[in-house]
Amino acid sequence: MIALLLEERCTHCQRCVQICPALVFDARADAPPLLARPDDCQTCFACELYCQADALYVDPSVFERVKVNADTVRASGLLGVYRRDSGWDEWADDPRYANQHWRMEEVFARGRELARDGAGGAVGTVGAVGATQAKA
Amino acid sequence: MALPNSLNTDVLVIGGGMAGAWAALGAVRAGARVTLVDKGYCGTSGVTATAGPGHWWVPPAEREQAVRQRATNSGGLAEAPWMRRIIETTWEHLPTLARHYRFPVDANGRTIFRALRGPEYMKALRAMLNEAGVTVLDHHPALELLRDDQGRVAGAAGLRRVDQQPWRIGAGAVVLASGGCAFLSKLLGADNNTGDGLLMAAELGAELSGMEFSNFYTVAPACSSMTRAMSYVFARYFDAQGRELDIPAGPGTMPALALALERGPVSCSLDRMPQDLREALPTISPNVMLPFTRHGIDPFRDRFEIVLRGEGTVRGIGGLRVADEACQTTVPGLFVAGDAASRERVAGAVSGGGSINSAWALSSGLWAGAGAARHAKDHGAPRGPLEAAGELTLRSGRATRAAPDDATLTRIVRELQTPMLHPMQILFRHQQALTQASELLEGHWQELQQRAPAEGALRLKARQTAAMVASARWITLAAQTRRESRGMHLRSDLPHTDPAQTHRLSVGGLHKLWIRPHAVVQPVRAAA
Repeated sequence: MIALLLEERCTHCQRCVQICPALVFDARADAPPLLARPDDCQTCFACELYCQADALYVDPSVFERVKVNADTVRASGLLGVYRRDSGWDEWADDPRYANQHWRMEEVFARGRELARDGAGGAVGTVGAVGATQAKA
Repeated sequence: MALPNSLNTDVLVIGGGMAGAWAALGAVRAGARVTLVDKGYCGTSGVTATAGPGHWWVPPAEREQAVRQRATNSGGLAEAPWMRRIIETTWEHLPTLARHYRFPVDANGRTIFRALRGPEYMKALRAMLNEAGVTVLDHHPALELLRDDQGRVAGAAGLRRVDQQPWRIGAGAVVLASGGCAFLSKLLGADNNTGDGLLMAAELGAELSGMEFSNFYTVAPACSSMTRAMSYVFARYFDAQGRELDIPAGPGTMPALALALERGPVSCSLDRMPQDLREALPTISPNVMLPFTRHGIDPFRDRFEIVLRGEGTVRGIGGLRVADEACQTTVPGLFVAGDAASRERVAGAVSGGGSINSAWALSSGLWAGAGAARHAKDHGAPRGPLEAAGELTLRSGRATRAAPDDATLTRIVRELQTPMLHPMQILFRHQQALTQASELLEGHWQELQQRAPAEGALRLKARQTAAMVASARWITLAAQTRRESRGMHLRSDLPHTDPAQTHRLSVGGLHKLWIRPHAVVQPVRAAA
């Protein structure tokens, strides 16, 4: 669930208010949004992806709101990682974060190959994959 | 009636996930004015937005083989012509996203269209809707459908979440793209998928089909919603004593994990994932590692506890019965797309997983949108006074008790989650448990019937609860009636497939449920 809105980073753009599928935030004029209904958060991390100021932090616990220490999170290097790894905004042309999602089928194929060969088997190269086998 | 928030449109699309967005585009391309309403935000709402849908993407030369292979693995309930249709439609239309989605290029310079990342996919679709001039209303959940004085579908009514004000939209045709029903299992991105569209449609008399095929599970780290399946292809599982469990790959995985979890906690290690994939994982699926890094877990070294999250009808099969090639339901003017529809025509009795379901969402969306646009043009705007068709929790003729409070709704959901989500109940169905589930759910239905309409901010939660109870009742009746095991539907008391039951089960009704077999008409053998 949403754990932190770091007000010193927030630019008051209210984008998180708009994009949250659970309407967790309320907009406020010239101020950071209000974290009005944190318990409605479905832990989808979308707000982090859309926050260009990296001012939001979602804890992965889905059933209860975990207390996290803001200073620890600030120092952790975790803020903005999801947006960066997704290659959004200023990361869009950075080759380190180019979208490699298309490799998912290779991952499945290699996993299946490994399972077939047994746990000690060598990890094979990319094989042809049936079109119906990719999963979300 | 002049409400402050009322408008008219040719086509109203309910739901702004992948299927709804494609439906809106299909309707615009067919010349309609389109309004799309979403319970959340069109762009982040629904199960596509957190996932990585790989489409059923088959070059022309390989199609017949792909269709034949899938048809033999569909429990006899799929139709090859419909499979061909979704492959063709996906092949033709998915590349049109290229203006807003950066498709990667392989080493030979060929564009890779098949697999898309969910957040970017939905962002691209949203951009397409803006370009096309679709009116998108975010945080506008629909609560019920409207009908005109001829009894035809004529729009929908709902509320605006930001201020709880009602809205009402008159429309010449409606597309339901409200997603499947995951019973608030904490399947990633599925909290808005509570079966609302199924209930609304049934209130107009629409039929459902395939509801017994609702048995899909995904592994997630305990406490989290991260139900991304990919990494678990490398998983090893352990019991509480640290002994490695013998979990078979393939369709046996989930029943084996369910049995192991019944005995005690199960932990997992991804230590078999090769080093190069570990390093690439954040740029393949950027959300997969989030629960691990934030809770200080190294999944490639540490063992972490797992749970199974049920998907209900999401990667199940069941939904509104698709009655014609334009994805019209059995109610004229009411169309359906994506996971709100039964996917039996393309997937049969076996989950369409990500790829068939994605191709279906895209294709059924475009067809339903175009069909709705034609219907609206042929029949014109709705005439006469429009009547709201919703019953349970919205208006009740026989209320004897106070409106439901938050605790009551929470309790009903918690109680129905046991028969709808507990792996032992879903993967090992048997008559006795199904009868018990049926009695429990009848009690829930009657309780909501006796309650006065919900008020204020609880209207949405109450309506969602009613939709989940309704969906659970149809699922349970279908699971009781299919007295065999077929495809996903596993009966521990009836483990064999009965050739005499090679038919679909249509189900419907609200206060009094009904069910009947529905024959699958297969084309001449040569093609199938």
